[in-house]
Amino acid sequence: MELLQDMFTDYTLRTVAMGAALLGITAGSLGGFALLRRQSLLGDAISHAALPGIALAFLLTGSKAPLVLVTGAALAGWLGATLISSLTRMTRIKYDSALGIMLSVFFGFGLVLLTYIQKRPDANQAGLESYLFGQAAALVQQDVFVILGIGLLVMLLTLVFWKEFKLVSFDPDFAATIGMPVRWVDHLLTGLFVVAIVIGLQTVGVVLMSAMIIAPAAAARQWTDKLGSMIGIAALFGAVSGVGGAVISSRNANLPTGPTIVLFVSLIVFASLMLAPNRGLVFRRIREWKAGKNLRVDAVLVDLYTLASQHTSQEYPHSERVLNVMSSMSGTARRTLNLLSTLELARQIDQNQWALTPTGVERAERVIKERFGTEGTL
Amino acid sequence: MKQEHPAIDVRDLTVAYREKPVLWDVDLQVPSGVLLAIVGPNGAGKTTFIKAVLGLVHAAAGSVLIHGEAYSAKRKRVAYVPQRGSVDWDFPTSVLDVVMMGLYGQLGWLRRPGKTEKEKALRALAEVGMEELADRQISQLSGGQQQRVFLARALVQQAEVYFMDEPFQGVDATTEKAIVDLLRNLREDGKTVVVVHHDLQTVPEYFDQVMLLNVRRIASGLVEEVFTEENLRTTYGGRVAFVSAVAARKES
Amino acid sequence: MSPSFEIQLIAIVVAVTCALPGVFLVLQRMAMMSDAISHAILPGIVIAFFITQDLSSPFMIVGAAAAGVLTVALVEALRKTGLLKEDAAIGIVFPALFSVGVILIAKYAGDVHLDVDAVLLGELAFAPFDRFTVGGLDIGPRALVVMSAILVVNVVFITVFFKELKLTTFDAALAGTLGFAPVLMHYVLMGLVSVTAVGAFDAVGSILVVALMVAPPAAAFMLTRRLKPMILLSCAIGGQSAIGGYWMARWLDASIAGSMATVSGLLFLTAVLLAPERGLISMARRQRGQRVEFGSKMLVIHLYHHEGLPEAEKECRLDHLEDHLRWEHAFASRAVRSCKSQGWIRREGELLVLTSAGRDHAREALVEL
Repeated sequence: MELLQDMFTDYTLRTVAMGAALLGITAGSLGGFALLRRQSLLGDAISHAALPGIALAFLLTGSKAPLVLVTGAALAGWLGATLISSLTRMTRIKYDSALGIMLSVFFGFGLVLLTYIQKRPDANQAGLESYLFGQAAALVQQDVFVILGIGLLVMLLTLVFWKEFKLVSFDPDFAATIGMPVRWVDHLLTGLFVVAIVIGLQTVGVVLMSAMIIAPAAAARQWTDKLGSMIGIAALFGAVSGVGGAVISSRNANLPTGPTIVLFVSLIVFASLMLAPNRGLVFRRIREWKAGKNLRVDAVLVDLYTLASQHTSQEYPHSERVLNVMSSMSGTARRTLNLLSTLELARQIDQNQWALTPTGVERAERVIKERFGTEGTL
Repeated sequence: MKQEHPAIDVRDLTVAYREKPVLWDVDLQVPSGVLLAIVGPNGAGKTTFIKAVLGLVHAAAGSVLIHGEAYSAKRKRVAYVPQRGSVDWDFPTSVLDVVMMGLYGQLGWLRRPGKTEKEKALRALAEVGMEELADRQISQLSGGQQQRVFLARALVQQAEVYFMDEPFQGVDATTEKAIVDLLRNLREDGKTVVVVHHDLQTVPEYFDQVMLLNVRRIASGLVEEVFTEENLRTTYGGRVAFVSAVAARKES
Repeated sequence: MSPSFEIQLIAIVVAVTCALPGVFLVLQRMAMMSDAISHAILPGIVIAFFITQDLSSPFMIVGAAAAGVLTVALVEALRKTGLLKEDAAIGIVFPALFSVGVILIAKYAGDVHLDVDAVLLGELAFAPFDRFTVGGLDIGPRALVVMSAILVVNVVFITVFFKELKLTTFDAALAGTLGFAPVLMHYVLMGLVSVTAVGAFDAVGSILVVALMVAPPAAAFMLTRRLKPMILLSCAIGGQSAIGGYWMARWLDASIAGSMATVSGLLFLTAVLLAPERGLISMARRQRGQRVEFGSKMLVIHLYHHEGLPEAEKECRLDHLEDHLRWEHAFASRAVRSCKSQGWIRREGELLVLTSAGRDHAREALVEL
């Protein structure tokens, strides 16, 4: 309750939470496409490559207005992304090397510029360095409006070019054959990607921005098999971790916002990998276990049936020991036999003797027919 | 009359990666209503040929006419079935959705696929025997089913000319039969289909014409005329034993 | 030794030490693992620091190596679930580990000399003031001693396991069947990357470690196809980046590490543009020269294909080349001129006709294919 109240009364918390939430929505939804296009690490490269743009924008204009710095960052980030794709297309340099070089060299150059600015007599660099780690607490309402405006634009364009983005992400060659200007769509998508990243730099910083892009999308992918829902869920996860991280860090002294948001979203990824229905690891384990159990049940059933078919009655009893040997169950037949009796497929005649029930015989016949394609007898 | 032009008219197509030629001066004319197989060893440029015709790789020289007009003007009459392995089948989308992608070109900007598009897609899926799997996620398909989804996506385009890259690669018997039936239906409707094919043994059975390709065109024309041991030997080089076996099979 | 000399020496040793494992990262297409590891070692460093309360303790290296190996193992575990692709796994693991490190520092190490800036950016200028002494005897700057030790480890490892590394790099599957344990090699290499990164973060910071690990080997990759020359070239280019970076930093009065990264980037760019065989400029020039040669070859083959056939009247005309081959007029004339000057074709009115020499040349060209 107190928290809710704070959300309305505490200006800083409200601003930071709003900014982080909007950022999470924008980054999360675009991250979906990046994830599917296997460009998960491109975000990291772009956010680092943005640094010299920020410094140059300041050097050239002398202004620290967010829009000026964001524009500089976007231009540098876009240049980095373009160089990465041209390098891989035109030379023998591979994608991963191109990413690593652009990321670190641009960043190094940015650092040179920053230190150069710092040592100038008119140095007034405060605010620039916050881009490194982000300084969510320093967000003001005006920043939130910038994020909101850019975020709305990004989402509008995503909606307008939805099917183009989808097809170019799934099958660019096919997209080209039906006359889609794949290159332009690609430029647009990269451009939006760059914009989404640079507006986040001030909040979560250069190093952690890539997580804001990829993690919500990677988590969302586990919950759905539809692109639309995936992007929606990614936006939701982005928003939730933005608010969650902002709130948690505001409640604890010395807990920086950016890393808290990233840890929050990492936990969502972990939980999704484990618990998501269908794809989640827990469900997969359960399914495998069930399938394994069914296999064991069938194996023992078929064994009992096979043994009995050498006798007059198909319900002729046999001992547990024989079964252990037959289906190479190494002593586990007992457990399966108990299961069989609760399922009323077999019954225990005495201490060691087991026999099929009529339903058991039926199921065994069905299994044999399915597996071996022969009727009834083996 | 439109029909005077061949459905596909490729002249002097040459493609080079860096400075190495991959296709040298390849000519190919395919009349309407013909099923043509492109065969040749690995690295012969079969896929490159299709991609160059479709403008997906840059051609150093050459021209492509579809029914007498430049490919760029006739793009909507041409459908492409890429190799199955060229996309990520874990992409979050359904079978029906992939098939509807075939209609994106006709929809143009801004318009979303609606009810008509859905019906068309379902009909195309029915043609490849996949209508029951329309809502299935594509990662849950077998290789053959994936291939049939791609075929349905091409069918829904209602094209005149089809280019298919290895549609028979690694598919089950049901799918193979479905594809063969589909090819025959397309031929009956007067469509033209060019298929990159790797199974020499089935060429005479499935196709009317064949182009033997190994960087340059070794021969092309009616299967009974050009699918000879000599031409195969030229195409496949040293692997004579293998080629003779195929030829022997064909004789019998 | 003057501080200036010492700084340059440290810079060179750092650059060479980074370039050595970098070569294999670049060749194995895992360059981004250097980024991931150099960030993810932060919590390892912090925890080791909490335990020992000493930044120069060898436990820092142990902690970093452990964190590096943990990163690799986590990425591998995520990838193996089949739920995420490798790049996404990397992109999720290292920011999470890095965040843990940043939070640990912010919460518990606020007033000690271990701030995130130092880890990310490093500061080489102060390195000479931190001396390494044994029994009162000044051996040299600590960074120099530590990095030299790591350099020796890297050199020894690469020399001893050269054959194994080479094989796992170019054919991991074959290496596996020959019993060379590519997985183990992978982890050891990643361990080396971690140790190198922790040794270097002091001097150049973790982000610029990436520049020194990737840019020089990638530049060398433009210059040679062979492994041994590539290793030596990478070291040389790394050393050059170090010296160039130092002087650039002095000139601008700016960050040495940043300048080293910038220079390594410039050297890489130079290699991309000027590499004698595969550089962009030489490729473009060769292509222009070869286009005419390629065009003449195409022309004779084209004429040869259509020679004596009924369509020859139509196919073998100059204007046809522009139509069907989509050649520009100027290029078509150049190709024709070139063929004529070599005596391969002659003109009969509008018709281009092969000479017997031209016919031979066409046949030869076809055989070459």
